[in-house]
Amino acid sequence: MALESKVPVGNMDEKWSKYKSTCKLVNPANKRNIDIIVVGTGLAGASAAATLAELGYNVKAFCFQDSARRAHSIAAQGGVNAAKNYQNDGDSVYRLFYDTIKGGDYRAREGNVHRLAEVSGNIIDQCVAQGVPFAREYGGMLSNRSFGGTQVQRTFYAAGQTGQQLLLGAYSALNRQIGLGKVKMYARHEMLDVVKVDGVARGIIAKNLITGKLERHGAHAVLLCTGGYGNVFFLSTNAMGSNVTAAWKAHKQGAFFGNPCFTQIHPTCIPVSGDHQSKLTLMSESLRNDGRIWVPKKQNDTRKAVDIPEEERDYYLERRYPAFGNLVPRDVASRAAKERCDAGYGVGTSKMAVYLDFASAIERYGNKEATKRGMPNADKATIIAMGKEVVKEQYGNLFEMYEKITGENPYEMPMRIYPAVHYTMGGLWVNYELQTTVKGLYALGEANFSDHGANRLGASALMQGLADGYFVIPYTIGNYLADEIRTPKIDINQEAFVQAEKATQDRMEKLMNIKGQHTVDYFHKKLGLIMWEKCGMARNAAGLTEAVAEIQALRAEFWKDVKIPGSINEFNPELDKAGRVADFLELGELMCKDALQREESCGGHFREEYQEADGEAKRDDTNFMYVSAWENTGTDWTLHKESLDYEVIHPSQRNYK
Amino acid sequence: MQHYTMNLTVKVWRQANTNAQGKFETYPVKDISSEMSFLEMIDVLNDQLIIEGKDPIAFDHDCREGICGMCSMYIDGRAHGPWTQNTTCQLHMRAYKDGDTITIEPWRATAFPVIKDLVVDRTAFDRIQQAGGYITVNTGNAVDGNSIPIEKANADASFAAAMCIGCGACVAACKNSSAMLFTSAKVSQYALLPQGEIERSTRVLNMVAQMDKEGFGSCTNTGACEAECPKGISISNIARLNREYINASLS
Repeated sequence: MALESKVPVGNMDEKWSKYKSTCKLVNPANKRNIDIIVVGTGLAGASAAATLAELGYNVKAFCFQDSARRAHSIAAQGGVNAAKNYQNDGDSVYRLFYDTIKGGDYRAREGNVHRLAEVSGNIIDQCVAQGVPFAREYGGMLSNRSFGGTQVQRTFYAAGQTGQQLLLGAYSALNRQIGLGKVKMYARHEMLDVVKVDGVARGIIAKNLITGKLERHGAHAVLLCTGGYGNVFFLSTNAMGSNVTAAWKAHKQGAFFGNPCFTQIHPTCIPVSGDHQSKLTLMSESLRNDGRIWVPKKQNDTRKAVDIPEEERDYYLERRYPAFGNLVPRDVASRAAKERCDAGYGVGTSKMAVYLDFASAIERYGNKEATKRGMPNADKATIIAMGKEVVKEQYGNLFEMYEKITGENPYEMPMRIYPAVHYTMGGLWVNYELQTTVKGLYALGEANFSDHGANRLGASALMQGLADGYFVIPYTIGNYLADEIRTPKIDINQEAFVQAEKATQDRMEKLMNIKGQHTVDYFHKKLGLIMWEKCGMARNAAGLTEAVAEIQALRAEFWKDVKIPGSINEFNPELDKAGRVADFLELGELMCKDALQREESCGGHFREEYQEADGEAKRDDTNFMYVSAWENTGTDWTLHKESLDYEVIHPSQRNYK
Repeated sequence: MQHYTMNLTVKVWRQANTNAQGKFETYPVKDISSEMSFLEMIDVLNDQLIIEGKDPIAFDHDCREGICGMCSMYIDGRAHGPWTQNTTCQLHMRAYKDGDTITIEPWRATAFPVIKDLVVDRTAFDRIQQAGGYITVNTGNAVDGNSIPIEKANADASFAAAMCIGCGACVAACKNSSAMLFTSAKVSQYALLPQGEIERSTRVLNMVAQMDKEGFGSCTNTGACEAECPKGISISNIARLNREYINASLS
């Protein structure tokens, strides 16, 4: 099967406007007769469901949480990028496009990324209109800050809770449509299969998580906005419930999976404290604006951070990357931290951590305040106190979060941080219209693969989720549904639905009947460890080959020995978790196979065999400038390649020095 | 920070489903590290129950970093436990010492029926929002973001109200099970912004009407909601809601 990206021909900056003015439309009277299913209510799902309902379609929205507002987008901290150039610092659509392509290490699709940059400004406008309380300057204008991988200030934010505020904005738009009867909301429902009729997606099988009963839902199109699969590592910054199941079911129904090995390890997370750990917490990348990252110059230094004098500290990011310093992209910062810790310079009891220090920022802000308030003779203590106030206003909630988890006060001593799994750039393969390889089945937001290449820049996930939902899918889905106006309401009693429901029910019964020895988490933790050790921040052929075999064996053990309490027809979170882990146990294998075939280092994918003399990633554009799109063949996978042909940007080695 | 391990007794409310009779069960938990989060302690207990062939404790949780609002335990008589401005998932075991007994209940309110054990149905909150917790603006209508300058103080106050995570601790903490803090936070967020001006009156009237319909109790200004709110949502929002409501009723 040939992969058609369907990127429109023409100049890069005219593709999207040309598409919008020539795509097919559905008239309002017909929209009323068309049903759309949206799975997931994060930024992509909530914005898509609300916008499609505003247009007049009938929408059914699903989420596994108890409310649409709790989707994991809510946990995004730092901000959302937009090429507004409000700071007059040289930003433009082209620069955002360029930074995103470069940040992704030249493995993203140009047409999609340019469109993303084009609509970025509209997102801010839309959110402001909805009443999203962004941070503002004293003059009433929107405030900006900078993020990794860029040299302009284009990030809009709401303290350290930008994701929450953007999601609540989209949720409010969704609520309005629910109130108007245009969206029917199904909370505490989990999608367990896509139903295809004659090769076209026509609905889903969903489980009511309260009663355990399966339900059939039909629609003219199905949108998966179900987020990423970082929890395949067990420990990640994702919420406990985040899972790959919806995307994986789609994959098994014929949707290709794009670049599964492209995962993002975020550099600034709170380190693991012990075996009991259930999840990891991110400290926003925005902290790297003002925080300085360092380790002692001496190996195995056991002194307290405050006792190590300035000249005995190695600010290794500033040393290695003077141009970008602490604001290098996430993949670069993560690898650099790992390199220092592996070499014996790590700090804390585990020695798997580096310092993120605000002491000099506190002093700098304190001096600025002293000037502002006309206190030229302020003593050191006063300056520090004023500096802490400023830092508190900008990062207070993040500092508090750190203190709650670790019991340490980051105003007084540097934070300890270490990289952790955060985001997955890979996902369901989609074309320019966000349609997967299954007709009528779409993937939006983190669930798709398209915009971030091999590494996502900070503050770009929120941008992409909302771009897909508010501004892309409303056009591209019309182009498909225009040919569907003669399709009557989908009959959920037809054979395809009956079969899909039965297969789902059988699988649940099979899981329940194993009655083995070990809990679901036992297997999930084992899988996570294999993935982290062998398919994590650094990978090599030998390790990946071992990992494939280990995962296969673990999967077999799972299906023989997992123990699930309770029964099917009740509220049973362990059963739900078991289904998700079963899917992770298949995905993990595919990720390793993808990492194995990509014999180059790019972005978050670092193959130890392919590095420059100085340890930087060695990309191979001659042989690997493609998207790997995997087709599930039931027992194995077939690799398809979408070649990336750069029309505007000339790939070069990323240089942040 | 000095770490230690402890043995505890946990008393938990067990209820098979909405209609079943609930009761407390007591469980011993051993070797809990002071570095664990409270929910990780529950994970340990649940693992133990599963291995013993018993039904694990059902509880709501998701982000485990204090922002999604899903966790909802009433611990030793306090919503979200002993720490102030804190969610259950952010509570860590260093708050306890060896030999302690911990009692855990679900949110208790008529408008929040128990689904199972510690899991309650909070969809009443969604319906209050659906009644008017929004600004009517279709996608594509918006003007440039900076064409609406907003005084920083108002923007900050609006943000402070918008920080509500919708967990329902305010209702659980209130002797009348009032949802006034929750509702007033949303009303305030929009009342403080020029974008919210147009629908100001209908919003407050509709949201309050829905709140009453859901069976939440009346507000008697005891302030328990503010004291237990994990995000520090101020009770002054309730005063603002009352002003908004009176103005809307009079106009």
